[in-house]
Amino acid sequence: MRTAISGLEVRSASSLGEALGILRDDRWTPIAGATDLYVALNFGTLEPRRFLDIWAVNELRDISMNGTTLVIGALATYTSLIRSALVTRQLPMLVEASRQVGGPQIQNRGTLGGNVANASPAGDSLPVLAAVDAVVVLRSADDERRIPITKFYTGYRATVMRPNELIVAIDIPPVEGRQWFRKVGTRAAQAISKIVVAGVRASVPRIAFGSVAPTVVRVPETEGSLAAGANIDEAARVLSREIAPIDDLRSTAEYRMRVATNLLRRFWIETG
Amino acid sequence: MKFVLNGASTDVKAHPMARLLDVLREECGLTGTKEGCGEGECGACTVLINGEPVCSCLIPVVQVESADVLTIEGLGDDHPLQHLFMNEVGAQCGICTPGMIMAAIALGPAPTLDDVKTALAGNLCRCTGYSAIYRAVLKWREMPVANISASATR
Repeated sequence: MRTAISGLEVRSASSLGEALGILRDDRWTPIAGATDLYVALNFGTLEPRRFLDIWAVNELRDISMNGTTLVIGALATYTSLIRSALVTRQLPMLVEASRQVGGPQIQNRGTLGGNVANASPAGDSLPVLAAVDAVVVLRSADDERRIPITKFYTGYRATVMRPNELIVAIDIPPVEGRQWFRKVGTRAAQAISKIVVAGVRASVPRIAFGSVAPTVVRVPETEGSLAAGANIDEAARVLSREIAPIDDLRSTAEYRMRVATNLLRRFWIETG
Repeated sequence: MKFVLNGASTDVKAHPMARLLDVLREECGLTGTKEGCGEGECGACTVLINGEPVCSCLIPVVQVESADVLTIEGLGDDHPLQHLFMNEVGAQCGICTPGMIMAAIALGPAPTLDDVKTALAGNLCRCTGYSAIYRAVLKWREMPVANISASATR
């Protein structure tokens, strides 16, 4: 049954300063594109009752370069990532990931900052961000913190964010090496991933998986074995010890393990 | 809540967290927009906001303040794409049809079949098998329809 809206409170901010001022004084749950949050509302599982609508904070939509760092505003939608010449040049696998999020309707509203904040282990953009050591930029009324994405999640749907903070941007350091992204779902569009993987092929490869653990994960032992010259069979064995997928409504642990190791092989072959 | 609805200024009294879908259907009396899944999976509730297709079941109405909203009713009763959906039998039960048309209407000129499939990837149809829908959209844009296979891959 849908959550009754009569008990919900909403405030809207039209600038970052206004939004951070509201969050300093009281506890509000930010809403951006609402594509995840509203599903919970429609299914009656929405816990928060007070919301801060930040959709109109246009200063958080910019995609720009700061020296060699690609800076993606938290409210950049998947559609704007797909259309961005900068993202296409610097981080093409994020364009690929964005194309596979939902359909155009979701891509037009869903935001990169929202995908990070929602903290789903199946978030399509998160392995991309983890594989390139992206940095989550958090701002509060009096402070800014920069947290590597690999340190941002502390457990299932849990992050280091404080209630008075907003994600304002995601910083992408320069990426050397070939980028590779693959999502395996039930169908090509409109599917939540059973397994999602992003990799960068360099002397030390960087590989991240979604949907195999309570959070997005890097697989440092697998990366290390490949960097040390292990063949792909050995690396796949290392991977199968390093991840622990579970059975859930979308897939089984056994299937996920098989597909994860197959995707590791595919990554290695296609980027070799 | 003030916004432009199908070209006319509108002022509706609604809770800011009400779904745009419910405001359209219940406050504005525009029942052409359908509810399918209520979770952004099926596209039946697609409308355009500032020219871009969105799922109206996932839009808090507070977010359309000052925006331009177009629903299926805004196309009138004689739009060529509506006729093509009829003529090509791109509709059977009809629940997906308004959303399909609103997603397709946002396509640019000269789309390929792949462009059409991508534009409609967020819209599910359980009757037609999609080919007739793709044919209707391609004919609307005066594109060749020869190579539409029976299977829909998106």
